[in-house]
Amino acid sequence: MLFEISSKPLTPEEYKRSLAQPSCGGFVSFEGWVRDFNENKDVTHLEYEAYPELATNEANKILRETQEKFGVTNARCVHRVGDLGIGEIAVWVGVVSPHRGEAFQACEYIINELKVRVPIWKKEHYQNGNSGWVECHECKKHAHGTHPHTHQHFDK
Amino acid sequence: MKQIKVHYFAVLKDFTGKSEEIIVTQAERVSEVFQEICKKYNFKMPEAQLRAAINDDFCDWDQLINHGDKIVFIPPVSGG
Repeated sequence: MLFEISSKPLTPEEYKRSLAQPSCGGFVSFEGWVRDFNENKDVTHLEYEAYPELATNEANKILRETQEKFGVTNARCVHRVGDLGIGEIAVWVGVVSPHRGEAFQACEYIINELKVRVPIWKKEHYQNGNSGWVECHECKKHAHGTHPHTHQHFDK
Repeated sequence: MKQIKVHYFAVLKDFTGKSEEIIVTQAERVSEVFQEICKKYNFKMPEAQLRAAINDDFCDWDQLINHGDKIVFIPPVSGG
């Protein structure tokens, strides 16, 4: 179980090889790529920033949870920081297990939890020259306009 | 008076114009430190929108602070 933050382009083949082992028949991975639009705005590039110590602790906690919840054999996650162009890999998640079912579940769990719990932020830079830190997706989903309540998704 | 170190990330780094600073304070709790910072840099952000961390661990807003603590206020995250 290993989480890393990288300021260099991610190398999925290397991460994948590091997870291989004879007892595992299933490998599932997820890659998050930088997209050229968000909410009707043309995005030119993204800037990711992390609070490295706490991001690493929290993400490693998530990876350990997948062992308890789904019984997967191993999992790894790498998140990029710095300036990223369109199409670059922002995050890589890989899971191995004896069978595929638990690997699919664990992979989805890791990326979902990472997005709401791990202190990493992205700033979008737009075609029109403006830029802005992306608002919490979960807040938007739940229409937390003015936050009159606590952040449920932080309290997991 | 206690001396603490506050680190800023993302939107808070933009608001304060710095990534860290030493603060000398009479504050007893994390929430009081946040109020001091909001006042100092003239911005408003409801506590419920953020989380707080002391010495690289998440903490409650009413957590007591000690001399030498590292404190971070965490805006809504958007990794992935």
